[in-house]
This record gives sequence, structure tokens and C-alpha cells, in this order.
Amino acid sequence: MTYRLHINGQVHAVDVPGEMPLLWVLRESLGLVGTKFGCGMALCGACTVHVDGQPQRSCRLPVASVGDAQVTTIEHIGHTEIGARLQKAWLDTDVMQCGYCQAGQIMSAAAMLAATPKPSRDDIHAAMSGNICRCACYNRIETAIRIAAGLEPAGEPQQERDHVA
Amino acid sequence: MWPERRTFLKASLLAGGGLALEAFIAVPARVLAAAGGAGAAAAAVHAELTAFVSIAPDGVVTITARNPEMGQGTKTSLPMIVADELDCDWDQVRIVQADADFARYGAQTAGGSNSTPSSWLPMRQTGAAARAMLLQAAAQQWSVPVAELTTSKGRIAHAASGRSCGYGDVASAAAQLAPPAPESVPLKQPGEFTVIGRAIAGIDGPRVLRGEPLFGIDTRLPGMLYAVYEVAPAHGGRLVKANVEAAKAAPGVKHVVPLTGDGDADSGLADGVAIVATHWWLANEARAKLDVQWDLSRAQGHSTAAYRARAGEALEKGGGTELRRDGDPDAALAGAAKRVSARYEYPFLAHGSLEPQNCTALFKGGKVEMWAPTQAPARGRELVQKLLGLPALEDVTVHVTRCGGGFGRRLMHDYMLQAAAIAKALPGTPVQLIWSREDDIRRDYYRAAGWHGLEAGLDADGRLIAFTDHFVTFGEGGSTARGANFTPTLPPADLIPNLGFTQTTMPTVLTTGWLRAPGSNALCFMSQGFLDEVAQAAGKDLPALMLELLGERRVIPPFGGRGVPFDTGRARAVIEKVLRTSAWSVKPLAAQTDPAGARRAKGFAFYFCHRGYFAEVVDASVTGTEVTVHKVWVAGDVGSHIINPFGAENQVRGAIIDGLAQALAGQAIEVVDGVVQQSNFHDYPLARMPITPEINIAWVKSDNPPTGLGEPALPPVIPALTNAIHAATGTRIRSLPVKLPAA
Repeated sequence: MTYRLHINGQVHAVDVPGEMPLLWVLRESLGLVGTKFGCGMALCGACTVHVDGQPQRSCRLPVASVGDAQVTTIEHIGHTEIGARLQKAWLDTDVMQCGYCQAGQIMSAAAMLAATPKPSRDDIHAAMSGNICRCACYNRIETAIRIAAGLEPAGEPQQERDHVA
Repeated sequence: MWPERRTFLKASLLAGGGLALEAFIAVPARVLAAAGGAGAAAAAVHAELTAFVSIAPDGVVTITARNPEMGQGTKTSLPMIVADELDCDWDQVRIVQADADFARYGAQTAGGSNSTPSSWLPMRQTGAAARAMLLQAAAQQWSVPVAELTTSKGRIAHAASGRSCGYGDVASAAAQLAPPAPESVPLKQPGEFTVIGRAIAGIDGPRVLRGEPLFGIDTRLPGMLYAVYEVAPAHGGRLVKANVEAAKAAPGVKHVVPLTGDGDADSGLADGVAIVATHWWLANEARAKLDVQWDLSRAQGHSTAAYRARAGEALEKGGGTELRRDGDPDAALAGAAKRVSARYEYPFLAHGSLEPQNCTALFKGGKVEMWAPTQAPARGRELVQKLLGLPALEDVTVHVTRCGGGFGRRLMHDYMLQAAAIAKALPGTPVQLIWSREDDIRRDYYRAAGWHGLEAGLDADGRLIAFTDHFVTFGEGGSTARGANFTPTLPPADLIPNLGFTQTTMPTVLTTGWLRAPGSNALCFMSQGFLDEVAQAAGKDLPALMLELLGERRVIPPFGGRGVPFDTGRARAVIEKVLRTSAWSVKPLAAQTDPAGARRAKGFAFYFCHRGYFAEVVDASVTGTEVTVHKVWVAGDVGSHIINPFGAENQVRGAIIDGLAQALAGQAIEVVDGVVQQSNFHDYPLARMPITPEINIAWVKSDNPPTGLGEPALPPVIPALTNAIHAATGTRIRSLPVKLPAA
């Protein structure tokens, strides 16, 4: 069956079974490989995209259920104001190690900041606990979100190097 | 540090003009053989390219990253070393990832925290030599003495005449010169470094954040199909019969290919059935339609409960193969004023790298081209050549992609071999094999479970005089399973007079392997957990016991002459440092009780592995059966310089949280008749953001060449945590993962 998907401001027609999760349509039909496969069970968040602004795990989202909704992926998030702010904070803080989960982290963070521009620590933990970073860059993910939200000055927290001998 | 290696340089003119400088290291055959490079070990001396730098006429400096990048940061930090001695601007630097090429690069293995120590000196020499050649070329052009020239940020200046030029302007002329002897090139003094020691963001960061293709799983080729590989439900299972008609008829499925391997899952191909489809999800869905008969007889009885029972019997019985015996531990124990004994155990662990195992392969015209996220590309290439029966190594091309995490899992090549075998069955069609998360958890090379029977003896003055460990692990026919071996130098070895280490092995059908800080990630828990018990029995705390054992500063040569020496002074320094940063209170050890009723205390541990000295303190509280880690203090000595503080601190934080998750998240692989019971992140949980404590890192700089950081920060955090739990609650944790009894 053919589906007309609204992705990153463009319409794409794809002919796939309706039960196929959006993740595989993005990665294998459309070549948008920034959205990652991690678990296939909506447990790790690597596949997070925005559907009408809401964060969704695309590995469990049948393409037939997307309908006319606007889908945004990591490839486009830098064109949004919040996305650009997050990307800059991410680079300034050197958040990532392997980087595999980072698309999903940014997408979750962007959705949170859109809803909660000045998140508390608990807000951040609640919004981000569905995203696994196997390299465990969590301290810096939190710092980068706080920088992007204007909650702390850019750059690494000084306490990291308080005790350099 | 690598005394058997000598660097020599080769200069050439780049195709489009400019200087190319290659640094080779002469590696004796026996070093190679030890590194697993059997293919080239026949040669008496093998020249291995360790650094390749080129300077183009436009001034762009290109540095080759030899080893794979999996998040450990060496794709950024090692070129920083070259760039610093070259004295160029970091913005001028481009980094290219090398393909697998044993003849040129050697093993190219990213593992063992080895990249930094093996690269430090040759990379400095290469950068310095390139700079010297550029200077010489400029001096000749301007007819001035070299000594009058200075460099800064990729430019050469002659103050007296006011002349200056960019490196690119003289790069072609420099290419005509003979390179200097590496040992003769003056290196910068530590105070002169401009790139080393700077916090520089990872080179691939911007591309990752734009979602650009970088990882193995992102490989896209025209006409490519996607594959799954169904293997037996139990480890060691063999394929008997496969009815594939229903799977073949499933939507999107193009090919179904049963493959019989050689049964050696470690270095060969496991039996299985490949399903190849237009989309990976369709291939994976079609697995349910397979009708396969497996022979699982080999796996019968291979269960966690049975392993534990056998280990218990072995510990009761005592004995075992002697690994090390110093003095007379039995007599010393018999005569001890006080004895402490305990058993420790820990489970099998999976790696769970977030990018599932995958590999893309195209077999065409008798050759195979592969795109692989691998930590050990050269070995993978050799195994693929052997499996496919190709005449030459050159018939296998391996493009090294960025790895979405490694942690030691991608030192193994099962997924590469599967992709190669599937591709060979479908010549001309590019195939991308992707494992499901379930495949990944069920077919890992697990950190081996282990059991320890421990005894310690104290004299009347509370001094530790005897220590024995009977280690029960996996292995067969006198050899220990991969990654399941003991470390005969762990504390208190070499620090007390009477010591006995013995080992009993039992067979397993599970494939075992190396998980970040192999051996140490488990052995440190046992060593520092039990020594905490010993310290308490002696009326002191663990840091006091460790400092007492370490004694005066001295360098202890490696046991049996192999390995790395142990510097007790460096150990003392990190212990003393972390006691200061954490405001460790020596006595009393009494826990604080906070208003919510939580019991809260600090715990300490020290370990030395992968050339790194780490002492850590954990501040944790316990409410009921829930453990919360508030803060971790780390003091580490990995030599004279932290090359890239950004990457270095990331490695330490990641290692700390990784260790906490091993202890607290409930990670354990269990097996019943060879079938792994866990399958995905719901029953094999990884660390999530709320587990993250505040982490304070203190570097103790010592006058030693810099060493790696992928691993050594991990081991101490686990016993530091369990020691904190004991201090808080009185409950001694002798088994991982942590399970506190309900009150």
C-alpha cells in the first residue's frame, strides 16, 4: 500500500506494508539514517522522532498510523530554533562518546524544551529517562540541556576540574 | 614503555603536491604473534605504520586515524598529539579513517586501552619530524639558518627579515628532503604544548548531530538488501533441517539461505538460516515462518543453577590448579591470630553496545568488500578470507566504520563472518546483516561468571600475613575460556609474604569474551570487597590497609616477567588524593542517617589495570532495598598528560556509570540448557539518566608517558559502592548484581 508521509516539510510516497514501523521506512525506504535502531521495543529511545511535535519511538510506530501528521527527524531538527540551540550546546559541551544514541537524545530534549522551556532537574530526568546512552554521557546530556535552556552558562561545569593536581 | 619498538620515517611528495610523512614502527615477530597477527608473524620484523600525516599546498593537514573509533575518542586525541608537535592550528587538521590493512597498519585493534601508550612517542616524533622538514625547506628557500626560524599555528616566520609563510607553501619542497632520525628530532617541552591538554570536541560530533551516515548500520549501497540470521536457540546448537518455503513466501523476502558453519562460533560461522528481504523489518518478521530443526544436545545441562552448584562443590572440595604461590600460605593461615573467609560471585554480563551488531558485504568476482563496525578489523579480515576460502587477503576489503559502542564486543567477528557467508551465497547483491537486540543479548561473548573462595590471616598486630583465593571459572582441557582468566598480581599480591592463588575450571557452551576492563571488572570487586572485610577485622578501614600494604614507594616488576610493573608510589598518590577530595573520614565508619530514614555512608576502593591507577570513593544511601549513589570521587593517574580533557573525562564518567549499572541495574545473564533467558533492555537493563551521580574527577599527574582511559576507571567503583553499602547498613555484598534483603 502507498502512504504519503509528511517528513521534514516534504511529502514522500512509500509503498510498504502498513504495519512496518516508521523507523524502517525512514532508514531503508527514504535513506534518512540519522534515526537509529537500538532495541525494536521502544525501550532505548534511539529511534525517537517528532510526530506533530510529540516525541515518538518510531521502532513501534506502524507507518499506517502516521497519517497526515508532520514527522520531524534528526536531519531536520537543526532547522528549528530549539534544535539548533541544543546542537550547539551539545557540541560546546562535547556530550557524546560513540554518538549512536545522540539523535534520539536530541529529539527527546527538543520535545521537552518545547513543552517546558525551563525544566527542573526532575523534568529533565523524567523526559530523558527513556533514552539510553550506553556510553553513559548522562552528566553532559543534562548539562547541555541546561545550557540550551539558558539555565547555566555555556562550557563545561567548572566542578569537573576543581581538583586537577 | 614499548622498548621493543623503534620508529623510522618515510617522506614522499603528495600526488597534488605537498608533503606526506609516514612513521613506521619495527615490530618484532613475537610481539606481533602475541597480538594475534598470525598472518604476518612469519616475517622477522614487520614494519607497521603508526602515523601518517600529510600537508597539502593549501596548508590542510591530514592525519590518518589508524584504529577504529567507538566512542573512546582516539580518532580525535591521537591526531592531537601529531598536530601539537607539528605546531599547526587544530582548525587546519582533517582526520581520515584507515581501512583494514594488516601489511600497512598492523592489527589496528582498538582495545585494552592500548592506543594511547603505543602512540604517544611515535606520534610526537612524526609531528616533530614533519615540522623539522618544513623548517629546513623554508630555511633553504630563504637562505637563512634553521635556528632563526620559528613556527606557530601552521606558519613559519623569520623574525630578522620579517618573512613568513604557511606550511603548505614549503610542503612540496620539504617532500624532497630526507626525513630526520626520529630520535634526533627535538620534542616540545611539556609547557610548550598548545593542542595537548586542550578540551577539544570529538571530530565527528557535528556529523552525528546532523544525522549523517557514519555508523556501520548507516551503510547504503545501490540495490542493497537486508538480512537477519536465525541461529539455534541454545548456544552450541547445530542445524539439522530447515523448511524455508513459508519464510520465502513472506512479504518482501527475496532469499532464504540455510548455512552450515564449522560449529566454532568463536572464530568460524555458527549454523543458521539467513533471510534476505527488501527491508530489515520484513526479514525479521519472516523469522516466525521458519521451520527449523536444531540439535541442541550439546547445551543440555548448561544452566546457571548447575554452574553455581558445580562451583560450590569445587569450593567445598578445595584444591585446584596452582596459579601462584608465595611463601607458605597454608602454614601462615594455620598460625594466624585471626582468620577471615568469604565467598564472592558475579554473573555473566552482556555488552549491549547500542548499535546492534551489523555488517554490510558485497561479494563480486571472487572478492568481498565489507563495511564493518569492528574493533579489530585486521583479524576480521583474516577470518573472512579463511571462511570464504579466498586465495589472498587482498580479496577481502574491510572499510572500518564508526562503531556505535564497542566495550570489547566488537573484538569478535561472528557478525562479519555471517555477513560474508550470506553475501557469498548471493554474488553481486550487497547485503546488510543486522542483528535484532534479542540476537545481540542472546549471542554475546559474555563477561564470564566467576566464584571465589577467599581466606585471609592476620597476625596479633592486625597485619595481613596470608591471603588465598580459589577461583572457579570456565575453561576446558587446561585452558581458561576467553576473558575468564585470573590476574595473579591483584592486591594483595606482591604486598604480603604468604599468598596462594588456585583455579578450577568447568566447561561452558556460552561464548565468553572481553568486556570493558576484562577480568578487572569482576576481580576488583572480589579483591577490594574482601580486603574491606579484612580491614574491618583488623580494626581499620580499607584505605588505611591499602596504604599499609603498599608501604614505601617502589616499583614491583611484573609477575613472571610479563606485563607491566606496578609503582606503589603512584598507587599511594591516587589513594591519598581521593581521600582528600572526598573528605574521607578515617574513623568512625558509622553511617549517617538522614531525615528520610536512609542509611548513608562512603565506601572506598583502589585498582590498577591497563596501566592506570585509580582510587574511588562512593557516597551512597540505602532506603529499604533501594540504593542511591549521590556522588563519586575519582583520582586517577594515567601519566604526565591528559591529552584531551573532554574525551578523558567522558571515559571516566562513562566507566563509573557503567560500573554502577553492573552493580545496581540488575544486569545478569542467566542460562537454562544453553538458552540465554534475557533478550532486551527490559530484562537486561542498562544505565539510565536517573542513576547518574555527581562525579568529581581529580587527575594525579606523574612523570610517566600517558596511558589509555577506556577501561581503568571502571573496576574500583563497584567495590567502592558495595563497601559503602556495608558501611551504611552492615550488609556485606558478596554477589553481583546487588540485591539487598527486604527488612
